[in-house]
Amino acid sequence: MLDASEGFTTEDGRKIGGVVMEMKHITLRFGGVVAIQDISFDIRQGEVRAIIGPNGAGKSSMLNVISGFYNPQQGEVWYKGALRPPMKPYQVARQGIARTFQNIALFEGMSVLDNVMTGRIRQMNAGLLAQAIWKGKAEREEVENREVVEKVIDFLEIQHIRKTPVGRLPYGLKKRVELARALAAEPSILLLDEPMAGMNVEEKEDMSRFILDVNDEFGTTIALIEHDMGVVMDLSDRVVVMDYGKKIGDGTPDEVRNNQAVIDAYLGVAHD
Amino acid sequence: MPEQFIWGMEVFANGLMAGVLYALVALGFVLIYKASGIFNFSQGVMALFAALTLVGIMEGQVPFSHLINATFGTEIHHFGWHVPALAAILLTMAVMVLLAWLVNHFIFRHLVNQEPIILFMATIGLAYFLEGFGDIMWGSDIKKLDVGLPQGINSTIDEVTYNLFGYGFFIDNLDLWATFIAILLVIGLVVFAQYSKHGRAMRAVADDHQAALSVGVSLNFIWVMVWSLAGFVAIVAGIMWGTKSGVQFSLSLIALKALPVLMLGGFTSIPGAIVGGLIIGVGEKLFEFTFGGMMGGATENWFAYVLALIFLVFRPQGLFGEKIIERV
Repeated sequence: MLDASEGFTTEDGRKIGGVVMEMKHITLRFGGVVAIQDISFDIRQGEVRAIIGPNGAGKSSMLNVISGFYNPQQGEVWYKGALRPPMKPYQVARQGIARTFQNIALFEGMSVLDNVMTGRIRQMNAGLLAQAIWKGKAEREEVENREVVEKVIDFLEIQHIRKTPVGRLPYGLKKRVELARALAAEPSILLLDEPMAGMNVEEKEDMSRFILDVNDEFGTTIALIEHDMGVVMDLSDRVVVMDYGKKIGDGTPDEVRNNQAVIDAYLGVAHD
Repeated sequence: MPEQFIWGMEVFANGLMAGVLYALVALGFVLIYKASGIFNFSQGVMALFAALTLVGIMEGQVPFSHLINATFGTEIHHFGWHVPALAAILLTMAVMVLLAWLVNHFIFRHLVNQEPIILFMATIGLAYFLEGFGDIMWGSDIKKLDVGLPQGINSTIDEVTYNLFGYGFFIDNLDLWATFIAILLVIGLVVFAQYSKHGRAMRAVADDHQAALSVGVSLNFIWVMVWSLAGFVAIVAGIMWGTKSGVQFSLSLIALKALPVLMLGGFTSIPGAIVGGLIIGVGEKLFEFTFGGMMGGATENWFAYVLALIFLVFRPQGLFGEKIIERV
């Protein structure tokens, strides 16, 4: 499965490449509770991959496994063709996997600009001493990073709040700033944990547009978790469906929509 | 101009200088508190330890010599060399970085997400340990510290003020240098925190651990860095206080004076630590000058604490601290 040669073109003409990340037989337990049970799936270059499922299905746990916040008891994570050893979250982030959080984790005391700049930390290489005396390399780096950040800020239409401390922003904008921070890292994979949670219809539409634009414009690979079925079906190329820690479906939105197990999980089924 | 007023001005100027020294200690507190939420009770002892180490290195003292002599019956005290001040300061810095790493590795790494009071207790333990350790390592006698900073009355200020008021102000050169260095230090720290990668990462860690991890910041690295910075500030404070009044164990008590400074300035504000220090310094000197006589003197011992108490009642977040607002 791990040969990067294959790939295909979607109906709207985007190129989907080979497998960039593959989860193999992942099992995650918290004490006696099995959050994820023997789940395998892959993420391809340039696609929008969704993980859906009812409450408590283990979606967020799965995202936390990918981003290194949890280390699974069993199973392998393959990233860019190599087996990934157990890692700390910051190491995973430095490998180019950026994420957002379900309940927003921003630096509330810092301005929007500074928040987005932190996304560039992985690209900054100037040493502590070089920065302490502030010249040459450090300065060039700062300028280059600022350019990328300004581009992202423009792209997500948050120029008007660049200098505002994040703590003062309304919920919907905070979500967008968090996306900007993740995007500033120019990630190989962008993980979005319920990017539309708690938003009104208008905000949801905005966010959907941004997600699609990001994927379109930068070719960013996106894996997202979402509750809202309608949104997921519109956004994603392929969907993994989870229920009670197990995978019950995997395929294109159409395939998943007609999958009996998925329908049962979402609508409930009469037990006799 | 009335004599009283001119003297008052001199007292004011000296108060500012004393305030700078208080601010230097308070600064170390603020750094660690901002980045890790730990109220570091051992900051004063760190300044003492830094000063002890600096003197020890400069004088070529053998560390643990008392212990070694008592155990093996030897009589060694000195290596017999002298290290130049600048090299000794750099070596002391290396020792403080090592100390920072040890403190993080053996104590605070294991206390992540604990209650603030538990972290605070740990720093109290650290303070006592460090005091005892410094004693064993370098001995408990009062030492003279001289890194080449000029001391004594500044004759220029003396002359200028004499020509202006007919009375020459006594301003110590050392205090002037302390002020100058403190200003440099604060500018450096602010620039570092605001504009550098590691400074940004430091603020990020202070704000939200999860988010910091998700952008690739190693918490342990930042904590060691912050403790090292606090160690650096401790060296500067240790040099200033040590030069002024000799390196002695009562030096660790200056940490207590930093508490009212912090209550005034706010625990999270670097400029607050400076302004708080200046207010306390000037306040206690002027108070002693104006009311000291009436009250039998020695008001400097308690003035700062009373002022802090008043602040706690009316403005608990301090002058510059972040206002505590709970959203309902």
